[in-house]
Amino acid sequence: MSGFAQNTFNGLVSGAFYALLALGLAVIFGMLRVVNFAHGAFYMLGAFGAYVLLSEAGVPFWAALVIMPVGLGLLGMALERAVIHRLTKLDPLYNFLLTFGLTLILQDLVKLRYGVQSSPYATPALLDGTVNFGLFDFPTYRVFILGFAVLLCVAVWWVLTRTRIGMVVRASTERPDLTRAFGIDVGRWVTPVFGFGIGLAGLAGVLAAPMRAVNPLMGTDLIIVVFAVVVIGGLGSIFGSVAAGFGIGLVQAWGEAYLSNFPIVSQTIVFVVMAGVLLWRPAGLFGREEAPA
Amino acid sequence: MLRVENLSAFYGEAQVLREVSLEVSAGEVVTLVGRNGAGKSTLLRCVMGLHPGQRGTVTLDGRDITGLPAHKRARLGLGWVPDDRGSYATLTVTENLTLPPTVGPDPWPLERVYEAFPALHTRRDSAATMLSGGEQQMLALARVLRMGARLLLCDEPTEGLSPLLVQQVGDLLREAKRHGVTVLLVEQNLHFATGVADRHYLLAEGRVAEAMDNSEVRSRERELLAYLGI
Repeated sequence: MSGFAQNTFNGLVSGAFYALLALGLAVIFGMLRVVNFAHGAFYMLGAFGAYVLLSEAGVPFWAALVIMPVGLGLLGMALERAVIHRLTKLDPLYNFLLTFGLTLILQDLVKLRYGVQSSPYATPALLDGTVNFGLFDFPTYRVFILGFAVLLCVAVWWVLTRTRIGMVVRASTERPDLTRAFGIDVGRWVTPVFGFGIGLAGLAGVLAAPMRAVNPLMGTDLIIVVFAVVVIGGLGSIFGSVAAGFGIGLVQAWGEAYLSNFPIVSQTIVFVVMAGVLLWRPAGLFGREEAPA
Repeated sequence: MLRVENLSAFYGEAQVLREVSLEVSAGEVVTLVGRNGAGKSTLLRCVMGLHPGQRGTVTLDGRDITGLPAHKRARLGLGWVPDDRGSYATLTVTENLTLPPTVGPDPWPLERVYEAFPALHTRRDSAATMLSGGEQQMLALARVLRMGARLLLCDEPTEGLSPLLVQQVGDLLREAKRHGVTVLLVEQNLHFATGVADRHYLLAEGRVAEAMDNSEVRSRERELLAYLGI
């Protein structure tokens, strides 16, 4: 029983990372109709930035948790203005070429300076140790991540559903042309929303630094699963991406624990789930068929 | 108030409007009638600024708005009532109503909207797409009235509605007119059109074939119905 609870908890923690990354991808796709293949690279930059800030300037984790998302969000906004916005009128193939190209550039810039070996990042002192849940002990830091990610998802949900900004973003996401006809300058919201999505990826990266190996390629493996998450949840669906993020975290953790005798199954289970969902609901669990323009 | 001059519009290579010119004075209700594919909806989209391939000029109150993007036109007082009713699935009824900023001199307060449309008030927290077709049409009209739009662009507001609801839409447009609102209306229902409108333009193959007043439409109703294929 305690084994199951522990696996479940671990699944929710990796799910928290999937949810944060998928949430950013979902708001970006919703607003720009751009699939940001560079999302994993910004996650990596978040983690690497935290590492560099600490090792070269002595900036602690808590400061990095603010500096990196804000800094990367601004970088994201600059990139959106400089290149990403050009994609809207082009064939979707260019979307892939540009954002994947950005990934390679960002990864190699980091590699050039720091190489490919993993760098250690100490858990912040405040969150060292374990919490006892009766049945089992669990690292305090992971409890923090889970709580923080859930809070963040709830906060984003609140902004999107309860504020005027959220209403404008929802309307612009659902029917951009119609929303323009109602006097709203949809274009003005595109850059901040892109920056926000990138900021979330950077935040996930900082959170990952103390528990995952910090290296230039750390975003690559993760992002493949995150894309499966986004497809399962429904491309552009905010709620779907968060729910599928946690769901896939669980499926993966249980698969690794209970299907470890069948490594082929446990390693591919996410994609089997994705294929199944697509057969059953082509627009994803919470996705809607595109409305006519 | 609205003047359209030599307006041509294209979908790729295909030309759907050919040098259309027409005029709508302040306080008038004017309809565009014509067969499917005559270019009525495209004309409305051009006036709203939603159709990219166009030539010619559109002026509002003497100001050339041809180059203005749709959101700036809306802020000058154009109210868009699209043919699919434009309900947002991800917005509640109240949010659908309050999404557009208020622009005109006489926007309806939300309370007044709900007084006039009790059905919308009952379902104010539901997703707008959960409403019936008639309720969604009322929502689309209520939205531009709340906005305070001075010129309503309505694309077939009676399509698919029961006779009772058609009458309600008519009452509503007449009330808007009494308050000085101008309306440009795409309409297939000639009986409805003559009941609410002052003048009519018949569009055929992308051109204005005829301009008619109510008595002319009534006296030629049979001929027009046959022409429209209804």
